[in-house]
Amino acid sequence: MSEAAKKNTQEDVAIQIIGMHKWYGEFHVLKDINLTVERGEKIVVCGPSGSGKSTMIRCINRLEEHQQGQIIVDGIELTNDVKKIDEIRREVGMVFQHFNLFPHLTVLENCTLAPIWVRKTPKAEAEAVAMKFLERVKIPEQAKKYPGQLSGGQQQRVAIARSLCMNPRIMLFDEPTSALDPEMISEVLDTMISLAEEGMTMICVTHEMGFAKTVADRVLFMDAGEIIEQAPPQEFFENPQSERTQLFLSQILHNA
Amino acid sequence: MAIVKTERHADMPPPVTQTGVIGWMRENLFSSPLNIILTLVSIYVAWAAISSIVSYAFINANFAGETRADCTGSGACWVFIKARFGQIMYGFYPVEERWRVDVGVILAAIGLFLILSDVVKEKKWPAAYMFVFVPIACFFLFSGGYFGLETVETSQWGGLFLTLVLASVSIFVALPLGIVLALGRRSTMPVVRMLCVGFIELIRGVPLITVLFMASVMLPLFLPEGVNFDKLLRALVGMSLFSAAYMAEVVRGGLQAIGKGQTEAASSLGLGYWQSMGLIVLPQALKISIPSIVNTFIGLFKDTTLVLIIGLLDLLSIVKAGTTDKEWVGMATEGYVFVAAVFWVFCFSMSRYSVWLENKLHTGHKR
Repeated sequence: MSEAAKKNTQEDVAIQIIGMHKWYGEFHVLKDINLTVERGEKIVVCGPSGSGKSTMIRCINRLEEHQQGQIIVDGIELTNDVKKIDEIRREVGMVFQHFNLFPHLTVLENCTLAPIWVRKTPKAEAEAVAMKFLERVKIPEQAKKYPGQLSGGQQQRVAIARSLCMNPRIMLFDEPTSALDPEMISEVLDTMISLAEEGMTMICVTHEMGFAKTVADRVLFMDAGEIIEQAPPQEFFENPQSERTQLFLSQILHNA
Repeated sequence: MAIVKTERHADMPPPVTQTGVIGWMRENLFSSPLNIILTLVSIYVAWAAISSIVSYAFINANFAGETRADCTGSGACWVFIKARFGQIMYGFYPVEERWRVDVGVILAAIGLFLILSDVVKEKKWPAAYMFVFVPIACFFLFSGGYFGLETVETSQWGGLFLTLVLASVSIFVALPLGIVLALGRRSTMPVVRMLCVGFIELIRGVPLITVLFMASVMLPLFLPEGVNFDKLLRALVGMSLFSAAYMAEVVRGGLQAIGKGQTEAASSLGLGYWQSMGLIVLPQALKISIPSIVNTFIGLFKDTTLVLIIGLLDLLSIVKAGTTDKEWVGMATEGYVFVAAVFWVFCFSMSRYSVWLENKLHTGHKR
């Protein structure tokens, strides 16, 4: 890589994945993944279940380990170096399908835990920041409650606020609305849309095609561990190139 | 045709049978002929048992007096316990030094109260007091030899005092050690894991008596001439390691129940292994293990009586020794009933505390 290209990488590119492969034992889950995400770009990843969407984004913050190829996040290459992994995790927020809030802590404590222990922010300051983000996701009045007392949609919004409290530069969403009752999906999507409007770099694994159409800069279709097609949403939905994509879209749009 | 409900139904109070005392009794005690029979039989059995216990232990019992000759009633003769009370509490600890034991126990009781109760919210200082100051203070108080305190050999320790020393030291060592062993057993590092598995399985595979026997009889044979550990210390090490192995499995059960999502969420926020364990996983795992942890503590508390096999005079052994006194022939029942009552009070308190703690830590995610 030339000096100029390297500089370019660090300034405009948030995530770069080059020739990445991953196996679960004998099973080849991810095959030759190449992806460049620019700063501020919003990417929606879709595809049938078992196609490796979640695994791919979980590789980006090393919840899963890749065995071949390179992943460069914010100019730092992911290796076994624990220090670098921690550095990347601090910059990359993640929202899970099942929220994974800490049930033994209040909503506010959920949000302040990482800033206090990882960033060493003073407690009062961390709480002020947390309240700011809880207001942004429109549930400041729930701050003293425990996650178990909240509805699914509220829990997921807390999970988003919890990630934002670490001031991440990149957000990963792993099917954030799949575990929610239909009436709660929109409150979470609204939060995500407002986040996107502020220019956050986002990668979302989701089946919410409406969200993809409004927000995404690019839609990725994955099948059997490969990225089959990627295109801006309009092109992707109106004129899909590959047969697999066409079949997938006809199935999910038909059901929706 | 569409059916539309225009008026909302008002909230109503529940039916009377679900609320009042009479309603409750009718519902739960006298709902069917079989239920009526069972209720009456149970009441009779309870009455028969309680009345005979009360008449044995209180109504027909002797409380006053000094010697065996004062045992005149048909019930229990508590004179025996009274006459030997000092020994039962302190063993052969010199009479004029027993205040040291009292002070130590009071210091520990204050610490326990501060740690376990709700009175003080900030636990940093109570914890420092309880886990640093109290053990050191108790060590010097009980064994003496410093600050002008007369040395009291551990062979003179005994009775309830010794039982409490054995139980509390084992508990305080077993819990942290058990947690470390449980984490080690789940470690991804093969050597650490194998060491922990080996230790747990070895210790769990042998009876406590064997461990105590090994510690007190066999160990000195392997040590070089002149090196001699205190017998009580050896028993303490044996008991602590033994209960740590059990504790490890209890804690591992709790750890197993915490979903992978919790550690993933912690990692994704940038928390390291120890932070994620200490702040996220262990608090939850220990909370759901409270019943089993207290169960192990209760078992351990009663297992301390096994030290009689290596000649330590704990509560049970000293009472047993007392019953063989020829001045007090036939007092075995009173002795054992008293020991049982003391053990029951301690174990039942632990059990109630665990229930209280479970309710306190319940944060509404349980349904």
